Amino acid sequence: MRPQIQNELRRRNRRNQIKEFVIQGVLIASSFVAILTTIGIVASLVFEAFRFFEKIPLTEFLFSLEWSPQTAIRADQVGASGKFGVIPLLTGTLLISFIAMLVATPLGLLSAIYLAEFAKAKTRDIVKPLLELLAGIPTVVYGFFAALVVAPIIRATGSGAGFDISSESALAAGLVMGVMLIPFISSLSDDVINAVPQALRDASFGMGATHEETVTKVIIPAATPGIIGSLLLAISRAIGETMIVVMAAGLAANLTLNPFEAVTTMTVQIVTLLTGDQEFDSAKTLAAFAIALFLLILTLGLNIIALRIVDKYKKKYA
Amino acid sequence: MIIETKTSQAIQSNTPTIMTANNVDVFYGKKQAICNVSLNIPENQITALIGPSGCGKSTFLRCFNRMNDTINICRVSGEIKFSGQNIYDPKVDVVALRSRIGMVFQKANPFPKSIFENVAYGPRIHGLAESKDELESIVIRSLKRAGLYDEVSDRLSEPGTSLSGGQQQRLCIARAIAVDPQVILMDEPCSALDPIATAIIEDLMETMKEKYTIVIVTHSMQQAARVSQQTAFFHLGELVESGDTQAIFTNPIQERTQNYISGRIG
Amino acid sequence: MPNYILSTSRQMAKRHAREKRFKWYGRIAIFISIAFLVFMFSAIIFRGASAFQQTKISLDINFSESILDPSSSRDPDLLKRANYKPIVVESLLSVIPEVTERRDRNRLYKLLSTGAVFDLGEKVADDPSILGKSKKVWLLASSEVDLFMKGKIDPNVSEDLRRLKDRDIEWIEILKSEGRIKKKFNKTLFTNGDSREPEMAGILGAAIGSFFSLLVCFLIAFPLGILTAVYLEEYAKKNFITDFIEVNINNLAAVPSIVFGLLGLSIFLNFFHLPRSTPLVGGIVLALMTLPTIIIASRSILRSIPQSIRDAALGLGASKTQTTFHHVVPLAMPGMLTGTILGMARALGETAPLLMIGMVAFIVDIPKGVTDVATSLPVQIFLWADSPEKGFVERTSAAIMVLLAFLILMNICAVYLRKRLERRW
Repeated sequence: MRPQIQNELRRRNRRNQIKEFVIQGVLIASSFVAILTTIGIVASLVFEAFRFFEKIPLTEFLFSLEWSPQTAIRADQVGASGKFGVIPLLTGTLLISFIAMLVATPLGLLSAIYLAEFAKAKTRDIVKPLLELLAGIPTVVYGFFAALVVAPIIRATGSGAGFDISSESALAAGLVMGVMLIPFISSLSDDVINAVPQALRDASFGMGATHEETVTKVIIPAATPGIIGSLLLAISRAIGETMIVVMAAGLAANLTLNPFEAVTTMTVQIVTLLTGDQEFDSAKTLAAFAIALFLLILTLGLNIIALRIVDKYKKKYA
Repeated sequence: MIIETKTSQAIQSNTPTIMTANNVDVFYGKKQAICNVSLNIPENQITALIGPSGCGKSTFLRCFNRMNDTINICRVSGEIKFSGQNIYDPKVDVVALRSRIGMVFQKANPFPKSIFENVAYGPRIHGLAESKDELESIVIRSLKRAGLYDEVSDRLSEPGTSLSGGQQQRLCIARAIAVDPQVILMDEPCSALDPIATAIIEDLMETMKEKYTIVIVTHSMQQAARVSQQTAFFHLGELVESGDTQAIFTNPIQERTQNYISGRIG
Repeated sequence: MPNYILSTSRQMAKRHAREKRFKWYGRIAIFISIAFLVFMFSAIIFRGASAFQQTKISLDINFSESILDPSSSRDPDLLKRANYKPIVVESLLSVIPEVTERRDRNRLYKLLSTGAVFDLGEKVADDPSILGKSKKVWLLASSEVDLFMKGKIDPNVSEDLRRLKDRDIEWIEILKSEGRIKKKFNKTLFTNGDSREPEMAGILGAAIGSFFSLLVCFLIAFPLGILTAVYLEEYAKKNFITDFIEVNINNLAAVPSIVFGLLGLSIFLNFFHLPRSTPLVGGIVLALMTLPTIIIASRSILRSIPQSIRDAALGLGASKTQTTFHHVVPLAMPGMLTGTILGMARALGETAPLLMIGMVAFIVDIPKGVTDVATSLPVQIFLWADSPEKGFVERTSAAIMVLLAFLILMNICAVYLRKRLERRW
């Protein structure tokens, strides 16, 4: 080979290698954005939350049963009037989420089972997109629906039956949140049910079981870990939901299990504390970050448990 | 009376027939998988269906307990009789049919339940036991008849999936037996097992045929020769030849049968 | 024995009955879910359909030069700010002359929207030749009048309980009898920004704000998402770092959206001092939220491309980069685009994180760039839903209908893209 060509090839080779290197660098850098985001989230929440815990003791936050975020009017009046206990917010969140799961679990599971096992292909083709539609509706629309349509109906029905139901009842918010969760549970359960191997169905049918017996005695028990994982993910979603509760639930903390009363949730408080006119440094606004940190730990914890259960279940059939 | 036709060798006609297939066609959509097959299944004997892969023997086997119903595009025409009753008669309850005709599949498929629960599943749904004790005795009896009881008697509550491949298949056999069927269909039950496990199951079949009728699909001619009394050779969806096993293997009538046995096709 | 398979024993019948019941449970569950969907849609359409019309009152206005432009300057600014009230009142009185007292005249004037005079000002400033002439103009009516014309105010309710008094209703009837009050197509809904008066409030500002936010979101999330997915699927070796990145992505996908808003607030607003309540910051926050979805969807598309394509390219001596970007990525692009469009659709509907970065203010102007203060369509819906005026209920519903229309459009695009360009491997 002539030396000019050799040199040219050598130069081109080196150029290409540098190009490869640079491109790989760009790719790695963009992947790090995910890590940076996580660090950003954790850092911002922890940093601000710590500034909050400098003013309000952690024990009060975790154990006090009162939430009335007032800040001191005078500098020497620290925490005198305000109470920053997260428990009423937690119970409010859990109450509404519980009602939501009560609605969404049977409807979502039964829909998924029927669609996966019994429905004809044509039915599936129509129903599945409709359920996807439910999933795609923005939560602010659900919130509007909850506050302006559902809550008045519940209130009117209640007073007709002799109950005094608040216009910001946990029931109204929970009911609509449940409707929002139906497609979530349905599609996750659908995946889980379809993952059960056909061999098990064949074995059950081969012994003369009806389709229902096969579903209830073989398929659902086999799919149970996956279904539990899906439900945990749904609960995590319910706990982190904001707009429905901001628009339909109450603003005052209320330590109760009564669905007819108004309660407030962690997400509602985060929004109210940060969209009012407050200086950023006051204990009130910092409290929002403390709540958010608590919320993050809770939802991530649920997700980790859920994914671990689903993983174990997938390994069984891998 | 000895019946001799173009496609069958001498069949002992004093053996009662428990199932018959007459002019059965099976279609998957437009594709025809089984062409005009007629076959008698003698009672308390082992009938082997042999042939190269893709010849339709599993499809034909699944007609006997109407497992093909679970496949949407599958269409069966012709007549299949069980104890004189056409099983495709609309008045027939397929759930009841399958409790009389059991099935063991190619790959062992125990439920993700305990060994006990696996075997107890059938009797439970069919209501065969009136008390817990009765159920337990059915389970133990079935496990014994499947030759598995001695190996698992001390761990009945362990999951069925914790057994070895051969044990799992015997568990599936026990499960099928527990429902007290008359016929057991076996679709290549040993193809995923090692020779020792295979031998155990072949011995099992020999004792099982005293109580049950067995129809086995196998891709191993040697296995067919070892265990069966009647053999049917399938090729490209057609029943080429059927008859007494010894006769088929030593003196086949059809050339295709001869070619398959000598290894020229398949 | 032979008839056992025909038997319909009681036990068998019970088992079949249980199956039938079970199937009905499933059908009922699906029916209830879809019923909720239908109920929601109809409730919104029922409340919102009327917002697409707006009541206008037609008056013959005498554009008196002496009142409006006494110095004949024809200066557009002066013309816009001139006092139009007297000529409007004069025109109203010509239709309903029996109004004599000043208090009643003011009330009569209030039948019109406070923005009506601004419309007149714009009209004259655009075409000053109209001065000195008399013209019939359709003017925006007030929200109360509009609601009455749409049947949303019950005249039988006691007068103390409503803002629209019986006198006003009398006057409206007179206007009706002369054909001077009609419901016309509501252009202002689509051409105006937000306003304190329901009859003048429009979604244009919010829509443009959403557009800019989504633009920033797309410009950040699409390239980053694709590159990250390509790196994780095509280049990365299975080691601690890539596992860590994957765990991060999966966790981020599960973080509540409001937390992303807090991230935006504390880091982008307070630390980097980016402008508050702008589509720039909104877009960044939405991008971080949408990134995990795009990455996960793109990865599954890349995984579905058969290895044989890569082998063929490598076998010809192509480098890793050439294989990836000349062959794999173009094949994966339709699927990745579909996933991105669906991610954008979700981002369009997000409200909570944008509330956190300040997009909750009352913005009248239409934003012209990503650094202009703006709001977004879902935030606008949230703000209007809170307003006490009755006129905002129908507008909120109409805004929801527009938002849903955009979402359905985006989803149809994504599905169409998927169907058209999808390959079956």
